[in-house]
Amino acid sequence: MRTELLGINDLSVEYKTGTGTVRAVDGVSFSIAEGEVFGLAGESGCGKSTIANAILRLLKDPAVITGGSIRFRDVDVLTLSAAELREFRWRQIAMVFQSAMNSLNPVMTIGDQIADIYTTHEGMRKRAALRKAGDLIELVGIPGDRLRSYPHQLSGGMRQRVVIAMATALQPPLLIMDEPTTALDVVVQQEIMSQIKDLQREFGFAILFITHDMSLMIELSDRMGIMYAGRFVEMGPSKDIFEQPRHHYTQALMNAFPPLTGPRTTLRGLGEGTRFTHIPELEQVAPNHFVAPTKDSDIKQTVMK
Amino acid sequence: MTTTTSTTSTVPVLSVRGLEKTFNIGGLLSRKRVRALGGVDLDIAPGEIVALVGESGSGKSTLARCLARLEQPSGGTFELEGRDILRAEPRGASRSYRSAVQMIFQDPFGSLNPVHRIGHFLERPLRLHGAVTRAGLEDAKRRLMSKVDLSPELLERYPHELSGGQRQRIAIARALAVNPRLILADEPTSMLDVSVRIGVLNLMRNLCQEQGISMLYITHDLASARYLADRIVVMFAGEFVEMGESLQLIAHPAHPYTRLLISAVPDPTRIGSFDPLERARMRHSVVSPTTCEWAGQTSTACSATTPVFHTLSELPEHRVRCGLYAPPSDAPGTAIHLTNSEQETVAV
Repeated sequence: MRTELLGINDLSVEYKTGTGTVRAVDGVSFSIAEGEVFGLAGESGCGKSTIANAILRLLKDPAVITGGSIRFRDVDVLTLSAAELREFRWRQIAMVFQSAMNSLNPVMTIGDQIADIYTTHEGMRKRAALRKAGDLIELVGIPGDRLRSYPHQLSGGMRQRVVIAMATALQPPLLIMDEPTTALDVVVQQEIMSQIKDLQREFGFAILFITHDMSLMIELSDRMGIMYAGRFVEMGPSKDIFEQPRHHYTQALMNAFPPLTGPRTTLRGLGEGTRFTHIPELEQVAPNHFVAPTKDSDIKQTVMK
Repeated sequence: MTTTTSTTSTVPVLSVRGLEKTFNIGGLLSRKRVRALGGVDLDIAPGEIVALVGESGSGKSTLARCLARLEQPSGGTFELEGRDILRAEPRGASRSYRSAVQMIFQDPFGSLNPVHRIGHFLERPLRLHGAVTRAGLEDAKRRLMSKVDLSPELLERYPHELSGGQRQRIAIARALAVNPRLILADEPTSMLDVSVRIGVLNLMRNLCQEQGISMLYITHDLASARYLADRIVVMFAGEFVEMGESLQLIAHPAHPYTRLLISAVPDPTRIGSFDPLERARMRHSVVSPTTCEWAGQTSTACSATTPVFHTLSELPEHRVRCGLYAPPSDAPGTAIHLTNSEQETVAV
């Protein structure tokens, strides 16, 4: 077993509002080893992105971390001071956000934005920083002369590649990717995924990969966890889950996308009818493969309106 | 004619011939042009669902926007139930055309005005198009809601109180309010959460089947196109490259571009990832073709300058553009970025 890079233990996050408290993440534990690709899957609102934001301490009111611990190597992330956090983010854990293409500053050139990382975090001179920026974007297949371009002059796929390159600029040991290809078409998505794999092979960073596309996740990740209403319902090696999904919800999620082969049968959507009222602690069912033992009484059939 | 429909005996709802659209890009005086739509032919039969697939910028939405009369085509014609629309209504669409052809947009968050209640969105088309009397209005609204499987209580809510899936159902109900013959659905599920996508696809299919509405379903998701559509048309650089019955086309893609698209769909059963060089080679063979694999096999003669379609003899519905034809360089999507070493490999 590889050494642990990130360890999350019994993490809970609540959104406290005037009308009540919502437990978005409810006692979740998992770990990511050095160089491992771990996937988080589930429908929107299941708490995937909340976990990602909690790891980087990006949660803002009304979201509050109410319990548990987050350890990154020897660092207790939840006790870091503001100054320490500034050092920690990007250098230790970098994040590629959902619709990252819109996170680039529209009035700065790509080159200036990338060079900023090096001048701020590594104290480099501007000229040297720009040279490094050029190397960086060539790594993701964008010609170096595009450094002088503004974000609007690049296509969506290119902008996404710039953002991914920026995340890897300081060679952090962990990269969090929150739906990095959701807004892109299949061809571009495929190119970007293969580029992420190449970068990972080269730098050896671990990835926390968040998506609702199960096929994409199984292709990329070593291990994955499936979340429902802030809890894990199943966790294990991706190949095992793909071959034998054990939990009802995992099976439903896999059937939420129509297949490209086989007969055309009518599928049922995830949200239609089935609700789980109680999700127990995970139990081991096979080596490294954990499933929440959901009983029939925990499943509620409702009529969707 | 480059398309056939499975029901050749019936009159198509929509019949498009040589439709073109060219955009001027750059400044006001710029002469730079981009050919977004390069003369396409398409027939849609009553009750038929045709999926239009292709990557971003291939001209899918431009075609839909021309048909919805949101863009003025640069050339070509289209007929709605035998009526030449561009000739009959050259300045803009008539109200009767708008009620016959409805559009559903990608973003259900942007397509409903946030200051109005849901009931308003259904009331407006019902009253404008005079489909119901004032007294029958409430009843008509409730009927529409039940058609899209929503509770009539939602009529009193505002758009922000609804989920994405519910909002998209409202957009569908709004389109149905005017009894359309054809619905143009531009990526209606791509912004919806995975948990509700299948529900919306099922709804659209049931509506088409039950009410005989035709649909042009635009997507880059091949799996959902296969799931929903009777026929798939693959588009690249503003032109059609292949068309055929959905299951056949996905199972036996003939054109290299179709193969490229299918290879890009994530598939956990595939061993290892697809070789990017192989992908570049496929794309290269679409943009700068050298051979046609069907030359001499079919009755249609090959042509490098006009897009002719070969009918694959064993699958008569399945038509593929001649492999020798190269799209003109002012069409979008024809630029391929390769490093020098890759280019050498591709050339070999």
